[in-house]
Amino acid sequence: MNGFSFRRFLAVLRKEWIQVRRDPFTLRMIIALPVMQLFLFGYAINADPKHLPTGLLSVDHSKYERTLVAALKNTGYYDIRPLTSEAEAERGLADGELLFVVNIPPNFDRSVDRGEQPSVLMDADATDPSAIGNATAALAGLVSALDRDVPQAILSSPARPPFQFQVHARYNPEQLTVLNIVPGLICIVLTMSTLFVTTLAITRETERGTMENLLAMPVRPIEVMLAKVVPYIAIGYAQVVLIIAIAVAVFGLPVRGSVPLLTLVLGIFIASNLALGITFSTIARNQMQAIQMAQFTLLPSFLLSGFMFPFKGMPVWAQWAGEVIPMTHALRIVRGMLLKGNGFAEIAPDLWPICVFTLVVAAVAAWSYRVTLD
Amino acid sequence: MTAAIDVRDLHKRYGERRVVDGLTLSVAEGEICGFLGANGSGKTTTIRMLCGLVKPDGGGGTCLGLDIIRDAPKIRLQIGYMTQRFSFYEDLTVSENLDFVAAVYEIPNRREAVKAIVARMGLADRTDQLAGQLSGGWKQRLALAACVLHKPKLLLLDEPTAGVDAKARREFWDLIHDMAADGLTVLVSTHYMDEAERCGRIVYLSDGKLVVQGTPEEVARNSNLVTFRAAGADLDLVARRLRGLPGVESVAVFGSALHIAGMDRAALERATESLGGILVWHEVPPQLEDVFIHLLSRPDKAAP
Repeated sequence: MNGFSFRRFLAVLRKEWIQVRRDPFTLRMIIALPVMQLFLFGYAINADPKHLPTGLLSVDHSKYERTLVAALKNTGYYDIRPLTSEAEAERGLADGELLFVVNIPPNFDRSVDRGEQPSVLMDADATDPSAIGNATAALAGLVSALDRDVPQAILSSPARPPFQFQVHARYNPEQLTVLNIVPGLICIVLTMSTLFVTTLAITRETERGTMENLLAMPVRPIEVMLAKVVPYIAIGYAQVVLIIAIAVAVFGLPVRGSVPLLTLVLGIFIASNLALGITFSTIARNQMQAIQMAQFTLLPSFLLSGFMFPFKGMPVWAQWAGEVIPMTHALRIVRGMLLKGNGFAEIAPDLWPICVFTLVVAAVAAWSYRVTLD
Repeated sequence: MTAAIDVRDLHKRYGERRVVDGLTLSVAEGEICGFLGANGSGKTTTIRMLCGLVKPDGGGGTCLGLDIIRDAPKIRLQIGYMTQRFSFYEDLTVSENLDFVAAVYEIPNRREAVKAIVARMGLADRTDQLAGQLSGGWKQRLALAACVLHKPKLLLLDEPTAGVDAKARREFWDLIHDMAADGLTVLVSTHYMDEAERCGRIVYLSDGKLVVQGTPEEVARNSNLVTFRAAGADLDLVARRLRGLPGVESVAVFGSALHIAGMDRAALERATESLGGILVWHEVPPQLEDVFIHLLSRPDKAAP
């Protein structure tokens, strides 16, 4: 009675599985929901984010470069900070610290003055095309930025501007919005199928009166909770496989990162949702309240995580709020792993906040679970 | 004989309301104890305290020799608790429900144990039916089967037969007596007088306090209630005239007979005489029902 009993856990697990199978409506929802959302969100959503973090790589720090950087800043789209090395630029793009890197070629001033039309390479993180779309478009107007400074001879031919921008759309070269939506959708669907159902699974027992019976039996709370969540973890993974399979087949989604690592990370993200769901279910007195609490969580997850609107485009206070939400970090990790091929080192900064969130919420759940009816 | 239940001075309050207020209760092993009282008199709360689902605010004691506060998990292994509301899974079949319970109690030879209880409870024809589709009587039988599957020593039944037809109730009580014959102790709450009369001992609660206890005969005899009975026609009209007369505490029509009861014999006789001899009255021993209606209507003057 005092220890965890695997047999009792299995008993509850078997019961839960039968109940899941016997509810055809929920089963249909599990299939229909992700597919419907994939196609609905696949083609929507846009915005005009500004002040995007941009790195500057250059060796000369010349006069024209300063003018050009000032012009970029003046568009409002770019917040520029200097970088020291190519490696720093790569790392910044991979872990999402930077959305752009401006590469000023060596001897930029001299090349311009000689009319060689040097190219300024813009590396752009295209995982979220809507985040960089307008910023990239603004570049076209900047080729005249140096007009006041360059020799008249160079300007004489309007068809030949003094320099060019060459945009290199990284990770998602065709800038398909759908490739950005899929990782977000994985996180949203996982939240729905794990947070919602765990919240309901326990309040349902309370509401139907079966909780009193369960409490009177020798089964322990930890056994009940684990057994209740395991079927939905399985369902969650099945949905992820379904979404990725469709996205690979229909939209050509690349899967560049390590699949075992992705599985592990999604497991941790699922755990954070389950912990939250159980906490809600210990607080909610009926299923209606439970649904309301779950929805209350889902809305900020949609709006503030970077799923609906580019994260860097949000005001600072909203970004801080977004940092607290597990979905924000999960979204970055999944995008990074699928599209950029990120490994553990790149995702670590987003992994620990989910872990901390999970542990804190699980502690609250354990503390608030009632072993009696008081 | 040792006591299966022995609790003293139990208290439980919800907000300002004292639901159980200094209850002392002792039930001997092998006894069938009827738990009676009006709705809200604290029966369910007491039963929940006995199996550790509700923590008492004060008092304590033992259940099967185990402390009801400290040893609640151990007590749960040895008791069967049947809740007032059907609380098994309606979307599971009869055998799936029983299999679940057997597994949770870690009963060895689960399949055999389920088969045996199904046979004993006469559920064999319904094993594959969803519990939600069973009628009230069969649901109760399933619940009872699930409660005794692990061979508990004490059965706590909270209004097990509410809303069940007479035949099913009779069969249900036959099963309870059958199990009590094997040494099982039963504490059962009920509102039905015929069920109270089938108990070895009854305990009557009012406002969370024990008011009366004893065998059904003792309770009736010690009530000091005087009961007159008359047979005749148009009894409903007579009953209307008698109600409210001084000394008449209860008036009830049973088919072609009329019962009146009260504590004051002289006042009761004056009331019958006031009718002018249209009915012939006999004194009869008080029925349990008369006693409980008397107790229900006058909880404040009840004797211990």
